[in-house]
Formats: sequence, C-alpha cells, structure tokens
Amino acid sequence: MREISFNKFYKSFNILSIILIITSLILLAFKGLNYGVDFKGGTLIELRTDLNSANIKKIRDSFNQLNLGDVSVKNFGNDTDFIIKFEKQNSNDPKFIDNIKTKLSGSIGTVDFRRVENVGPKVSAELLQSGIIAIVLSLAAMLLYIWIRFEWQFSLGAIVALFHDVIITLGVFSLFSLEINLSIVAAVLTIVGYSMNDTVVIFDRVRENLRKFSDIKIFELTNISINQTLSRTIITSATTLLALLSIFIFGGEILKGFSLAMILGVIFGTYSSIYIANPILVILKVSQRTIVKEDKD
Amino acid sequence: MLYFSKLRIFSVIIFTLILSYFSISNFFKIDDNFFSKNIKLGLDLQGGSYLLLEIDNKPVITQKLQNKVMELKNFFKDKNIITRNYTVDDNSIIFDTTPDKSDELNNILDDDESEINPYYQQYKSHEFDFVKDQDSFKLTLSKYGLVLLKNASLDQAIEIVRRRVDEVGTNEPNILKRGNDRILVELPGLGDPGRIKSLLGKTANLTFQFITQNTEESFGTEKLEFEDGSENAIVSKRIILSGDNLVDAKPSMNSQTNETVVSFTLDRVGAKKFGKATSTGVGKRLAIILDGKIISAPSVREPIIGGSGQISGNFTFQSATDLALLLRSGALPAPLNIIEERTVGPDLGQDSIDAGIMSLIIGFILVVLFMIYKYRVFGVIANLALISNLFLLVGVLTLFEATLTLPGIAGIILTVGMAVDANVLIFERIKEEIKSERNPIIAFDSGYTKSRTTILDANITTLIAAVILFFMGSGPIKGFSITLGVGILTTLFSVYFIARLFTAFYVIKNKEKESLI
Repeated sequence: MREISFNKFYKSFNILSIILIITSLILLAFKGLNYGVDFKGGTLIELRTDLNSANIKKIRDSFNQLNLGDVSVKNFGNDTDFIIKFEKQNSNDPKFIDNIKTKLSGSIGTVDFRRVENVGPKVSAELLQSGIIAIVLSLAAMLLYIWIRFEWQFSLGAIVALFHDVIITLGVFSLFSLEINLSIVAAVLTIVGYSMNDTVVIFDRVRENLRKFSDIKIFELTNISINQTLSRTIITSATTLLALLSIFIFGGEILKGFSLAMILGVIFGTYSSIYIANPILVILKVSQRTIVKEDKD
Repeated sequence: MLYFSKLRIFSVIIFTLILSYFSISNFFKIDDNFFSKNIKLGLDLQGGSYLLLEIDNKPVITQKLQNKVMELKNFFKDKNIITRNYTVDDNSIIFDTTPDKSDELNNILDDDESEINPYYQQYKSHEFDFVKDQDSFKLTLSKYGLVLLKNASLDQAIEIVRRRVDEVGTNEPNILKRGNDRILVELPGLGDPGRIKSLLGKTANLTFQFITQNTEESFGTEKLEFEDGSENAIVSKRIILSGDNLVDAKPSMNSQTNETVVSFTLDRVGAKKFGKATSTGVGKRLAIILDGKIISAPSVREPIIGGSGQISGNFTFQSATDLALLLRSGALPAPLNIIEERTVGPDLGQDSIDAGIMSLIIGFILVVLFMIYKYRVFGVIANLALISNLFLLVGVLTLFEATLTLPGIAGIILTVGMAVDANVLIFERIKEEIKSERNPIIAFDSGYTKSRTTILDANITTLIAAVILFFMGSGPIKGFSITLGVGILTTLFSVYFIARLFTAFYVIKNKEKESLI
C-alpha cells in the first residue's frame, strides 16, 4: 500500500486544532452549555397531542397562561409531539403536573403526557457534580493506566488528545446550543474510552517500531506507524460510525443527542490520535532511548 | 497456537450454548424458576414512575430536643441542681444554672456513666456535644446522634411509604434507602403517579383536640385553619387522641346524613382516653386535625365510649378512601418532599423499545455487510463472532437479571460497532505477517500473538470508562455502563475463543492457498 505522508500536515493541523480548542473554550466560557433539566433543575414534559392543529405557538401560549416562568416549547420528532421545558418544579404540590394537564386539556384539547421529568435544585446540583466527577475520574484513570503501560511522553500525548476531543465536542454542543443531559455525560465518557483506545493502538505500534529501528527519526517513525495501523483505524471508525448513525437515525428522539455526541467524539478521536497524539511525541523528541531506558528499569 | 484441544473446543461450545439459551429464553415463557430468567426492562422502556423522596427531618430534631429538655429538667431537679432559661432553636438547647453548681453540672454531662447519657452505654459515644460558657450550657446533637436519629426516622418512614404504596396495589414496586435521608420509589407500569404522590406527600399526623372558647391565641392554645380555608379556630394544645391509637379506618356512608365519612376503630388505650375526654367535654367542639389543618370540628353530643367513631368533612368517596388509607398506614415521622420525579408513559416505553431494536438490527446489518465487503471469508468469521457475541452479551445480562434501559440498548449497538475492532486488529496484523512469513500457520499465529497487548490495552481503556460510569451514573446511564462493560468482556471471549477457532479451522484446511486473507 502507498504510504501517506501524514507527518507533512502535523503543523497545519496542529494550528487548526489549537484554533478549534480556543474557539471551543471561548464558546464554553461566554456562551456556556445548554443544560437540560437533569443539571439545571426544572420540569420537562413530553406531550403528544391528538389534533394536527396544535402548533408550537398555540402550546406556548397555553403554557404561558399557567405562570410557569420561562417556557421553552420544541417539536420532538413528530408533528404531534412536543417537548416543553420550564424551570419551575414541583415545589411540593403533588397535584402540580395534574393541574397543568387539566388546564392544557381545556385550551388545546386532549393531551397525552408521554414523559415527565421533574428535578429539584438540590438533585440537579448533585447530578451535575457527579457528572463532572465522573468525567474527571475517567480522565485521571486513563492517565494512570497509560502512565503504567507507557512512558510519560506517550501519556502526555494521549491525554492532550483526550482533552482535545472532549473540549471540541463540548464546544460543538455549545455552538449549536445542544442540550447537555445525563446521557451526554455517558457519551463523553465513552468518547474518552474510544479516543484512548484509538491512540493506544497507534502508540503500541510506535513503541514496537522504536525498538525495531534505531536509525529512523521519530518524525518519520510516527508516520510509518500511522500508516501501518491506518487500515484498522479506518475500518473500526467506520463500523463504529455505522452503528452510531443507525442509533442517530432510527433510535428515536431520546437518543439523538447521545449518538450525536458520540459521532462527533469518534470523528475527533480518530483525528486526534493521528494529528495530536503523534506530533506530541515528535515535539517531546521521543527516541529509542526513551523506551530502552524504561525497559531497563 | 492455532491448535485447540478437544476439551477446550467442547467447553467453548457448551459455554456459548448455555448463554445463548438464556438470551433466547427472554422470548419464551418457561415455567421453571431457575431457567426462566428474564432481562428486566428499565422504567424508561416499560414505562413507570421514579420518585426520589427526601425527609425533612426538622420536626424530628425539634421533637428530640424538646424531649431532651424535659429529661434534663427532671434529671437535674432530682439532683437538686437549679437549671433555668431553657431555649431550643433549630439544633441546640441552651440553659443556665447557678454559679455554684456549674462545675458539677459540667461533670455530670461529661460523665460516660451518668444516667443522663444513656446513649453512651450502647454506642460508646455521646448523643449530644456540649459547650460550657460560664454558667450557660449549650447542647447540640453530636454527629453520631444526628446520624442515628436520621436513620431511625428514615427506617420508620420507609416502612410507612411501603405500606402506603402496597395499599394502592401497584405492580412490583421497588422501595429503597438512599443515603440517610432519602427514599427511592420505583413504580413500574405506573403512567400517572398523581395519586401516589399525593399519598406520599402527606405526613398524616392525625390528632383530636378541643376547640377553646377563646378568641385570641394564648398559652397552651394555637390558631389553626380549616382544611377548606373557610375559617380559623383556636384549639387547645392538649392532644386528646392521636393517629397512633387507631387500629383501623375505612370509608363508609353515614346512614343519617348520606355523607361519605371515614369510620375508625381505636385500640383499648385510645378508646379509654376518647371515652373519658368526650364524657367531660360534652357540648364542646372537638377538632379533628390532620397535618395542622382542621378537617372538621363536630360538637360532642354524648360520650363516645365504644372505641369507634366517624370523621366527616365533605369527602368524596376517593378522598375518604385515601384518608382511610393514610390513617391505616400510620403517620410519617417527618414530611417527605419529592425532589426528583421521572415518569415515562407505557406507550413511549414501547416506542423506545421498537426504535432501539430497529436501530440494533440496522446497525448490525450495516456492520456485517461492511465486514464481508472488507474481509470476505474472514469477514464471515468476524460476523460469526459478532453474532455469538450478541447472544453471549444478552445471555450474561439475562443470567444476572440486569436491567435493560434505552441507553443500555445503545450500549449494545455500540458494542456491535466496536466489537469487530479486535478482529480487525488481528486480521490486519496477520496481513502484515504474511508478507514476511511464508508459512501461513506461523503467520496467523504471530498475528494473534503480536496484536494481543494492543487489543488488551484498547479494551481496558473502554472498560475503565464503563466501570466509572457504573459507579457514578444512575438509572438509565447505569444500564448503558453495564451493557458497554459486559460487551467488552463478551467481545474478548468471542474473539479469542470463537473467532479464533473458526480461523484455525479455516487456515489449517486451506494452508496451501495462495492468498488466504
């Protein structure tokens, strides 16, 4: 197979990545994330209407009459399905949801509440906290694992690639105001696992080649290793993306955000294993001595 | 290494068959306890309600402090130590003593053996911490005292919650403790938790107290509102009778007024107290108070000595039934707040199952076709491994009766996508090895050996993510981490035991062929 010179583009893609990361960080800092009820607290109602005449405006108007504060109404999949979100929650009235239902039936006809989620401020704060802890813990666990298995230069490369993927994925979510809920945390963790997986495969090969060839510079060596594993990289990302696209298209509205985050993560993860993890080995001047010294220890 | 012993082949086949049996058994009804295991569907798939309740322990703590004040007063009175100026706030008791006794009092409070510290004998730590400031003492519940108090109140509350939920008669409710002040209630199949929520939202503290003639609140009386908000009444603080003395309550019809009422039966002690109070209080109005609101206040016309009575108060049959249920199940030690609720209607659950299965089938077909396109015969082998992997994965989930959630189905689909990775790594490695090694058997063998560490590394990283998610996540997300984690294990099994077996057969049979892979 013809060898592709990935290493020629290390610099340009690194610059691109830096720009993307900075843009994402700016977005995260100033625009922030669109937290769902899981993390912000409040009430979510997924409702199905009988009438085709029910539209967003009508539903929004009916909800606005209920004095629930800021109400967001969105179509959800079908024309007859809607997602309604507002910040007010139960506040200890067990009839809260029932009352809304009764009043809505009066103004827009029969409605079926398919899903109701109601999260108090204490719980949402805890969920957010445990979500952040889960992501931080998984990053730390990956760092630890790769530190045990590889030399520190490799760990650094892999971790920078991980942060790159997570930050840019979140950046995209911020840019398009996509909702961050519990399942997005699960997706981010899986992205972390996948990105690591991808990087480890190439790094294993780099290390093997470092042992084999003492006269090839790391700049060349990474390129050889990327090419040797390229076919695997493409096939695995392809099958994973096929599975994810299938969830995205056929898996229903609830899994949309989750599968989208994963699709982005797989794309960035594959890209970063090649264009972030490897250039870092070059920058850190990894050579045969790096691993031989470790082997002796 | 392409050689497999007969025993090994046999065990792999048996193992795979057993798990496949369990996975298939989900689709059939089998009338045997051990073999009829089923994957449980999460609330997001079968529909149902998830409620997280938090106890507001303030009243319990206040009650505890007030009891302690009584105890302290009596104790020191017996010891001839003057204590005075008792004040109770949210979490502490403050009182003074005379200067000459303050050191003695300090020593008594400090003494592990003292009768005022009964808690110490049992738990080897003090229930109350105290601070002495000259002649003034401040007692606060200690960390352990507070934990014990909260646990006791949680145990009591969970028992009451269970009784109430059971009385409503829902399908296999799941009621669990969470931490030391929360209760998780899962109600599968319940599309509208409105009634349960209103039942759990009531403390159901029932008392009978006389209404006084006073028009102003004074010492020993309190001003209470009627349930319907129509008027107020000044009620004596003395409790004639409380819900604790009730042995039964049920809705019934008053034959004279044609009104729905709740009739109740009292225990022996209650009947005696009630009889005595109503004998002396003929002509007075007796307020029936539930959770601080007066339901009704009938006048006592004659002594009620039979130990049974009726509560009236504009009930519908439903509200009378609910009140009777609340009274039968007993009062909660403290109010419960619903701090999280997630309800999924059964039709949405079914839609989710359909969509999940649909995307699983399509994802599976796409991956299978892609692998055949890429690897031909070996693609078929990888696909056989993938199919057995699915059976193994579902089999393991069934065997452990794991809960399958919508994200869990996504985890299975994701496993389908990522499971081929290990075989791809092996096949790609074999392709490389074949370039330098003429003997295909050796090339295949070293393909397997050389890719092993990479495959392990790659899978362990995903497994780490799954394990962390398992411990940090809740509900549906936990379901995802289970399928993802178990999926990695079954993937490794299917790659190293099943796919490898087929590979070995194929290579040994076709070793003379020019291009094997």
